[in-house]
Amino acid sequence: MDPLDLARWQFGIITVYHFLFVPITIGLSALVAVCETLWVRRGHEHWLRLTKFFGKLFLVNFALGVATGIVQEFQFGMNWSAYSRFVGDIFGAPLAIEGLLAFFLESTFLGLWIFGWDRLPRAVHAGCIWVVHVGTLLSAYFILAANSWMQHPVGYSYNPRTGRAELNDFAAVLFNKVQLVTFPHTVLAAYLTGAAFMLGVALWLTVRRTTPAEDLPMYRTAIRLSSVVLLVAGLGVAVSGDVSGKVMTEVQPMKMAAAEALYHSEQPASFSILTIGSLDGSQEKWSVKLPGVLSFLATGTWDGRVEGIDELRAQYQQTYGADPGAAYYSAGGYTPVIPVTYWSFRLMIGLGLVAAALAALVLWRTRRGGVPVSRGWAWVGIALPLLPLGANSFGWLFTEMGRQPWSVFGLMTTASAVSPGVGAGEVLTSLVTLTLLYGVLAIVEIGLTLKIVRAGADPAPVAPTDEGDPRDRPLAYAY
Amino acid sequence: MELTTVWFGLIAVLWIGYFCLEGFDFGVGMLLPVLARNDTERRVMINTVGPVWDGNEVWVLVAGGATFAAFPEWYATLFSGFYLPLLLILLALIVRNLGFEYRSKRDDDDWRRRWDVLLVVGSFVPALLWGVAFANIVRGVPIDADKEFTGNLFTLLNPYALLGGVTTTLLFLTHGANFLSLKTDGEIRHRAGELSVRLGAAAAVAAVAFLAWTQALTGSVASAVLFLVAAAALVAGLVAARLGREGWAFVATMLTIGLAVAGLFAALFPDVMPSSTNPAWSLTTTNASATDYTLTVMTWVAAVFTPLVLLYQGWTYWVFRQRIATHHIPVPVG
Repeated sequence: MDPLDLARWQFGIITVYHFLFVPITIGLSALVAVCETLWVRRGHEHWLRLTKFFGKLFLVNFALGVATGIVQEFQFGMNWSAYSRFVGDIFGAPLAIEGLLAFFLESTFLGLWIFGWDRLPRAVHAGCIWVVHVGTLLSAYFILAANSWMQHPVGYSYNPRTGRAELNDFAAVLFNKVQLVTFPHTVLAAYLTGAAFMLGVALWLTVRRTTPAEDLPMYRTAIRLSSVVLLVAGLGVAVSGDVSGKVMTEVQPMKMAAAEALYHSEQPASFSILTIGSLDGSQEKWSVKLPGVLSFLATGTWDGRVEGIDELRAQYQQTYGADPGAAYYSAGGYTPVIPVTYWSFRLMIGLGLVAAALAALVLWRTRRGGVPVSRGWAWVGIALPLLPLGANSFGWLFTEMGRQPWSVFGLMTTASAVSPGVGAGEVLTSLVTLTLLYGVLAIVEIGLTLKIVRAGADPAPVAPTDEGDPRDRPLAYAY
Repeated sequence: MELTTVWFGLIAVLWIGYFCLEGFDFGVGMLLPVLARNDTERRVMINTVGPVWDGNEVWVLVAGGATFAAFPEWYATLFSGFYLPLLLILLALIVRNLGFEYRSKRDDDDWRRRWDVLLVVGSFVPALLWGVAFANIVRGVPIDADKEFTGNLFTLLNPYALLGGVTTTLLFLTHGANFLSLKTDGEIRHRAGELSVRLGAAAAVAAVAFLAWTQALTGSVASAVLFLVAAAALVAGLVAARLGREGWAFVATMLTIGLAVAGLFAALFPDVMPSSTNPAWSLTTTNASATDYTLTVMTWVAAVFTPLVLLYQGWTYWVFRQRIATHHIPVPVG
């Protein structure tokens, strides 16, 4: 097998897996911080119990997010050394800053939060989880800035002498217009995911018959809190996603054409909700279309012109195929895999919408003191965390696969980014071992999560105490 | 001073920070089956590093990221060249991290035993392989005119590099034993103190041989001075451990590790990865570096935020300064 294909599979598997845990971590850290703050401010034990319960679920996911995050940084050098050489001047800086500003903050203050229950004053302790949350946001900012640069390279110049892209405006990289829409879109999707996780768990516990009756008001509070967060975040995801689509059409028109499998330019362009056609989308047999909607998504007007794949391909061949100096360009199809972009785009939007609709339903059902009772709600509880996880994954598949054949848009193809000195055997070894390990860890993680959820919130969590000599007291929390 | 030299120094500082800090939690992990007699004692050991090991590990992530940003060619050659050892390190770190986080999450002896095995292996593998990797970097590996590594796994497993691996392993074991005798109370503290003396003696033999070999291969005046002070610190640490001065013994192993790593970087400079194929093809601080603009941006970021990181990491150690003994371990809560 070709090292390039293997390296691409590895990147896809490792990154999508890592990003199952990242949004849960970002979203849940904020929700746990809210619960703890409410406990500190109001003193109601419900909030302490929710803090500890969802804190435990947060930690199980955070651990896997951190463990798989190390691989992310290493694999650029291991599998994509040509890429690292070519863009290290630009791409390395946000990565290093992410470590210095975000990872240190997250890991140190999470240690303080986990073990500091009886070592720190309550307000300081609650502050620690807020700092962890800020760390996750900073981390998202810098890693997305690096990714946005690959989508839309700015603030650099190509140096023919060194054969590298060189940074000349760091602010341009940090405030790239793609970044300015990607960051809110991704973070809001993470809030949606964390809220869906909390909502699903609380809903399931509410419906389950063995849950103590006195706990129902507590879970209902969690349901109300998380469904409101989910809906607000969902609205934000939709708005930012819409803006994102317009920016994308501007900087990567091919991605929008590929999202719609639009081969010929249209004006006005209609959006297909569902199309049955040949697998590559080149022929259409039956479809449901909304006239003008694609024009609006892409350009903001109902009769805007949306360019098709065929025209764009001709344009790209002229632009990039004709460039004499760059060894990194390869004249090729300039087209991503259409079925992947078409379906991942739809699944991203569709799964997110279903999650928001379910949250609205739950919110409606719990109004005026209501509590969901029928068993059907348990299935809603189970589905809720899974829907945004799917939407996030398809979102990434769409945005990364839609950029192909480019690694850095217009500048370096994925084929030329791979490590030249690394053989198929090495990549295959790491692909197989990491995938197997990740598979086993997924089973362990799901098992632990289910165990914690089934146990429900601890009926009498130990409130931090400062009585007696701290040197004799048992630790409030220990591994 | 050239910015490339500044960044060579900063990367050395990051690795020194990493080995000084994660060195002791690797040591604690490796000593788990040796020092603890039962599960409560294992938990005492694990909880001495519980609040800090994750922060310690971030030092290597920042070292990697900073290398990517400041010396992209070094990062690319090193990470693609040392592919399989790095993969092993990654696998080890993943299972080790989860061992820390997951072992107490179920009240089940088999579950804990399995995670304990992974904690021990996951601490041992990186402790050994980082030593092997660093020795190879200092000694030089086959690199061609395109800055690509042309060797294979067996190129990396030479006697000098293996001695480097044994040295880091023994130093981290000693460092971990010193940390445990400083941070625990009761029988385990006593056992850790005794073991530290024996481990320290073995580490001294390996370290002196390895540092002398390094000095003979590629040493400079600066590296010679650093190695001598490192050796003196190691001996002083042995004496301190023998006398039961736990704090001083720990400071001494930290100095030993820090000075020895500083010496390795001094021996390396101005190369960052010498080519054993042809010295003209070596990667140096200048031909492997990012542009001046990137280095300037990064210097500002580092100057503002590094002191802040040191401040709050230091505060963590202060918050959790208490010694831990078996009676502090709460009944399992899962």
